Amino acid sequence: MLVGIKDAARMTGILIISFCAVFVCTMFLNYHIDITGIENEIVSEQAIVFYHAQVSTAKVVCTVSGGCLLITSVIMLLFYIKHYIDIHKKELGILKALGYSNLKIARSFWVFGSSIFLGTALGFAGAFLIMPSFYKMQNKERILPDISVHFHPVLFISLVFLPAAVFAALSVWYAFHQLKTPVMRLLKDTLQNCSKMKRHKEKKHNPRPFLDDLKRNTLREKKVLVFFILFASFCFSSMTQMSFSMNDLASVMMGAMILLIGIVLACTTLFLAITAVVNGNKKTIAMMRVFGYSQKECCNAILGGYRKVSWLGFLIGSVYQYALLRIMVDLVFRDMDGVPVYKFDFPAMLISLAAFLLFYEIVMYAYSEKIKKISVKEIMLE
Amino acid sequence: MIEVKGITKSYGNKKSEFQVLKGISLTIEDGDFAVILGASGSGKSTFLNIISGLERPDGGKVMYDETDITTLSDKDLTEFRKATIGFIFQQYYLLPNMNIDKNVKMGADLAGNKNYRAVIQAVGLEEKLHKYPGELSGGEQQRVSVARALAKQPKVLFLDEPTGALDEQTGRQVLDYICRLQKEYGFTMLMVTHNINIAEMANTVIKMNSGNISEVYTNETQKTAYEIGW
Repeated sequence: MLVGIKDAARMTGILIISFCAVFVCTMFLNYHIDITGIENEIVSEQAIVFYHAQVSTAKVVCTVSGGCLLITSVIMLLFYIKHYIDIHKKELGILKALGYSNLKIARSFWVFGSSIFLGTALGFAGAFLIMPSFYKMQNKERILPDISVHFHPVLFISLVFLPAAVFAALSVWYAFHQLKTPVMRLLKDTLQNCSKMKRHKEKKHNPRPFLDDLKRNTLREKKVLVFFILFASFCFSSMTQMSFSMNDLASVMMGAMILLIGIVLACTTLFLAITAVVNGNKKTIAMMRVFGYSQKECCNAILGGYRKVSWLGFLIGSVYQYALLRIMVDLVFRDMDGVPVYKFDFPAMLISLAAFLLFYEIVMYAYSEKIKKISVKEIMLE
Repeated sequence: MIEVKGITKSYGNKKSEFQVLKGISLTIEDGDFAVILGASGSGKSTFLNIISGLERPDGGKVMYDETDITTLSDKDLTEFRKATIGFIFQQYYLLPNMNIDKNVKMGADLAGNKNYRAVIQAVGLEEKLHKYPGELSGGEQQRVSVARALAKQPKVLFLDEPTGALDEQTGRQVLDYICRLQKEYGFTMLMVTHNINIAEMANTVIKMNSGNISEVYTNETQKTAYEIGW
């Protein structure tokens, strides 16, 4: 096998995202199926309104969270495969030169689906562990008749096996597509760089200092990493604020779950993106250190550009969570009595912002220490 | 003046320690062109890394006039490299995502050198300012690396096998550029090579063998890059 289980095991980011996606979707879809099973037993008007609100909530949460996480995991998978091919260009080039077909090499990329399988299986199992308490919380005022937890094989297949199979197939297809690069380009990095760089022609007279140019270049070079950092801060912002703001609308358990998922997603994505930025710029950093650029200058040039991106992500997350809760209150709970008027929660936003800034700067500090340890010798021996 | 006193360096752990440098001492005068000759594994690259402040020795001193760089903190060592050192590597290590102008600017900005394009012109690449490293030949890339190092206006230039990845004709051309620029700017130059012919271009030749200096001699006349054998 050309790509091993070890390579797939490194995809912690996708594993965590698929875990979160399946965890949330299993819980709400299972609840949705079980609650629709008792529809005939609901007679009072109050219970009917509550029932419809619960069904709509399950649909909205599954569509928004599941969809959002699905898109992110697809982007992350494609990014990881591209990254894998980039760092193994020479080995893959040699295999192609020896006569291995693109399809034969690409076929071994199916193992990346195994990370997804692990994530989805754990997410499904985790959801079932929590489900009895979740069902009780959803119906704590006992407006609806008792709802018992049932296992639905169709959910198991479509949330555990299907994503793993689809992602494995997607991995093979994308790897096959990427491997169409001519052998010589894979063997010689420089040729590819040359064709890539032609897209970034600049003004002839550029008075910007080198460090500013480097900062811009780092941002422009891998746009997908900009997306990941935007997504990390978006998750942190929207989910922490949502968990604080929806005290009056949902159970404490649901709030805690959203908070936890938000933090896990933000951490995973941010670590993945910053690690990729630092690893992708190791040679540049080593050379800068050789020439006498300080650690602070290196960090600022390589990582500094992402700070504003993270602020933007935070802003989008704040607006998004407000809009989502507003829609829920205005549309889903409109017929229910006693639902409070939802307003933007400024204290929650400020607490979330302070926590985010602290979290982001700690991560940046940790990575600046990592940058300090990059040695030119290590680079020269590569 | 660079004065090296009793430099030692070992790698590995206590069980399998390998001593790469076994107490090296030597002096290099300002403006000198010194070549360190030696076979693979003789310790010449490690010595170059230590003398340039990229690596720390286990013992001994590296004095630049009155400053012992082995005692400097990481921050001071960075400042020292910024003010004093230029480097040219066998593999060039240019920034692939930046054009030639920006690559050279990387060195120039550290010295506040606004006139860095004169160095690009001096290595004959003024027509290729906006090309990227991937669009240049090996020889051209090494000339960019020379320009980047010199745009920094270093007092000492270190070269680690600068022609190791080049063919004969290109190698001669690059060496010729370097030597002409050294005469013009007057910096000290220390080059590591295993090519014995290149030693004929230097003032001082330092031969290394198994972590020791086996011989140091001075050439009375220096040959140009086009006069030496290859």
